Amino acid sequence: MAANFPTHEQVQGGIGVTEPGHAHDAHHDEHHEQSFLQKYVFSTDHKVIAKQFLITGIFWAIIGGTLSSLFRLQLGWPESTMEWLTPFLGKWIEAGKLNPEFYLALVTMHGTIMVFFVLTAGLSGTFSNFLIPLQIGARDMASGFMNMLSYWFFFLSSVVMFSSLFIETGPAAAGWTIYPPLSALPQAISGSGAGQTLWLVSMALFIISQLLGGVNYITTVINLRTQGMSMSKLPLTIWSFFLTAILGLLSFPVLFSAALLLIFDRSFGTSFFLSDIYIAGQALSNTGGSPILFQHLFWFLGHPEVYIVIMPAMGMVSEILATNARKPIFGYRAMIGSLLGISLLSFIVWAHHMFVTGMNPFLGSVFMFLTLIIAVPSAVKVFNWLATLWRGNIRFTTAMLFSIGFVSLFIAGGLTGIILGNAALDIQLHNTYFVVAHFHLVMGSSAFFGLWAGVYHWFPKMFGRMMDEKLGYIHFWLTFIGVYLVFLPMHYVGIAGFPRRYYAWTGFDTFSQFADLNKFISVAAIVAFFGQFIFIFNFFYSIFRGRRATENPWNSTTLEWTTPVELGHGNWPGEIPAVHRWPYDYSKPGAAEDFIPQNVPYSQTQSSNLPYEKEME
Amino acid sequence: MDSYESLSTKQPATGIHPARFLLMLMMVSIFMIFAAYTSAYIVRRNEGNWLEFNLPAGFLYTTVVLLLSSATVQWAWLAARKNDLKQVRLALLLTLGLGLAFLVGQYLLWGQLVDQRIFFAGTDANPSGSFLYVLTGVHGFHLITGLIFLLIVVRKSFNYQVHSRQMLSIGNVTIYWHFLGALWLYLYLFLLLNH
Repeated sequence: MAANFPTHEQVQGGIGVTEPGHAHDAHHDEHHEQSFLQKYVFSTDHKVIAKQFLITGIFWAIIGGTLSSLFRLQLGWPESTMEWLTPFLGKWIEAGKLNPEFYLALVTMHGTIMVFFVLTAGLSGTFSNFLIPLQIGARDMASGFMNMLSYWFFFLSSVVMFSSLFIETGPAAAGWTIYPPLSALPQAISGSGAGQTLWLVSMALFIISQLLGGVNYITTVINLRTQGMSMSKLPLTIWSFFLTAILGLLSFPVLFSAALLLIFDRSFGTSFFLSDIYIAGQALSNTGGSPILFQHLFWFLGHPEVYIVIMPAMGMVSEILATNARKPIFGYRAMIGSLLGISLLSFIVWAHHMFVTGMNPFLGSVFMFLTLIIAVPSAVKVFNWLATLWRGNIRFTTAMLFSIGFVSLFIAGGLTGIILGNAALDIQLHNTYFVVAHFHLVMGSSAFFGLWAGVYHWFPKMFGRMMDEKLGYIHFWLTFIGVYLVFLPMHYVGIAGFPRRYYAWTGFDTFSQFADLNKFISVAAIVAFFGQFIFIFNFFYSIFRGRRATENPWNSTTLEWTTPVELGHGNWPGEIPAVHRWPYDYSKPGAAEDFIPQNVPYSQTQSSNLPYEKEME
Repeated sequence: MDSYESLSTKQPATGIHPARFLLMLMMVSIFMIFAAYTSAYIVRRNEGNWLEFNLPAGFLYTTVVLLLSSATVQWAWLAARKNDLKQVRLALLLTLGLGLAFLVGQYLLWGQLVDQRIFFAGTDANPSGSFLYVLTGVHGFHLITGLIFLLIVVRKSFNYQVHSRQMLSIGNVTIYWHFLGALWLYLYLFLLLNH
């Protein structure tokens, strides 16, 4: 692979710095039509790969949402019969009741699918791929081939994970955090048999996919920016994708290490995480292992992972808020600084997931201290988003609604993070529905809102057509209200002491007064889930029948909107535009229009130039 | 492959070729795997129930072999800069041989460990031994990827594709091989100090 670079360099020796491959592309069009397979399936074009990630992500989101509806049925109506689900769930319905072990499998797979397959691969995979080359002014990723491999490893991983849903012993059931010993011993729960094996294989493939994608994103941002695109002129989207990829590069290998050790424990008889276990009256031979060790390794990935999920959403929301408020983003450098701060802190707070593992209280307070510091960069971001909206000339596009919704959810969920970050409070709230409500708001729903905002906003560039706004509004309000109706009561239930991952609470008298509230949450969750089909219809309908988009429908400043509506491989038909200014010149006093694209030189905007910009004319 | 061939005409912002930059990032992620294992090793050791045993002396020999191979790969790189293709081939083949010798040595040492009753798995195994097998095994796996990379470059050198104006692939394999050597040196010293 590597050797192709220099040979080609010699062939094309004379091409200038700012127009990579222009001559080559023209040559390409003349002589060589791409087959369907090359163009849509095994494509090396970052835009096609992005769409592949997006559509696979949508598929997974439907599965993940369906699973959650199933367990919400169980939680809302624990006494009623589930016989009617037998055609769908088969033997997992026993005498009209959901099998309790299968309930755990549903929870596990819902978490795994949503965190990894939808909000990591579906979110970063889609938008990093789509936007990095377009917004920095590159023709494609540094290595299109590795980028293609990244998708196909994800696809393989998806196939393995999907097939695990249908095997006889059921999919993995030890929670998305797969703590041993439960996940290590097939005799402990049927899901820890073949289902857990497939889970581990699938995740190993997934990690390879993430690393192949991530190294590409980083290299592309570092190396392939167009002329004038300094790091301090990058859109915040790119900063967030860049830092997300760095987090993935540093944390996913650690999950790989942990998974490998778990595989050895499960299948080869080692005892890294197992020690002195009696199961069904029988002592196991494993000695010397430490289950806490797994938690350390897992959360060293697991915590950065939640930022891998949320940071791309933050970047896109910053971009969309500025565009639709027709104002420069407030505190551009503070936004970058806070992203850097969050990235750094994400690696040194992991043990706040483990306050109740019996760790040294002093260590606990160190992790508590570091955890609470995260509130600072997070608050900087929230302040800047609100200040961007303040007195803006707001255009309520669907993407804008979802971005504002993101800010709302991020605040609502972030506040409870301050509570949970306290070691003393966490001892009471650990593993209750309070935690579930917290992370579903701050990272689950928020990241989903970022994902939707991104899809609505960049759909015209992806497919050359617009999504329907009215359907978008209905989708937004259903989802926004739905999410709050689901997760606000859940805090209350959590404070009351409801432990998560329980099949039913009918055995506890104290909890009986909350039965109606649980029913309410279930209704809200299922209605909100069905609301998503409005989006799915809108998405697929608009691909084929949507109103035709113009080149720059949102009057935005970034480079992707300088490309033609019908995008070919290579992105710009002619030269790649050079960049002269930062990406947020909205409503600049004295300017002819309320936005000035990044590729407009100062010499063309003399009426609006600031004193120091006059020197650059 | 069109896409990145066309990118080769682009002057990279860092002055580092994208392919080399990709390689360096990969090395970072490989290092993170070992950072995880060695810190897990320390955490686990401090929890007690840790079988102490002597590291077989043979690891010193395999270490020396691997360090020698680092020298030969550097020799190949220098020779390529001087367009001395004969020396390039010789040095690369030597590196390949030494790399294989290292792997064989590590394998024999596994046998020696078993003779010492230090097992990877099973009822008599202790995590201290299992960790040793994992560290050497995962490093060995990456060394195999290095050998494959070397083979590719050897083939190129026989096709006259390695010379002073085409230093990318031999440069990359040199960097990767040094990395694998340094990684092993780190693991060896780590094991010496912490076994």
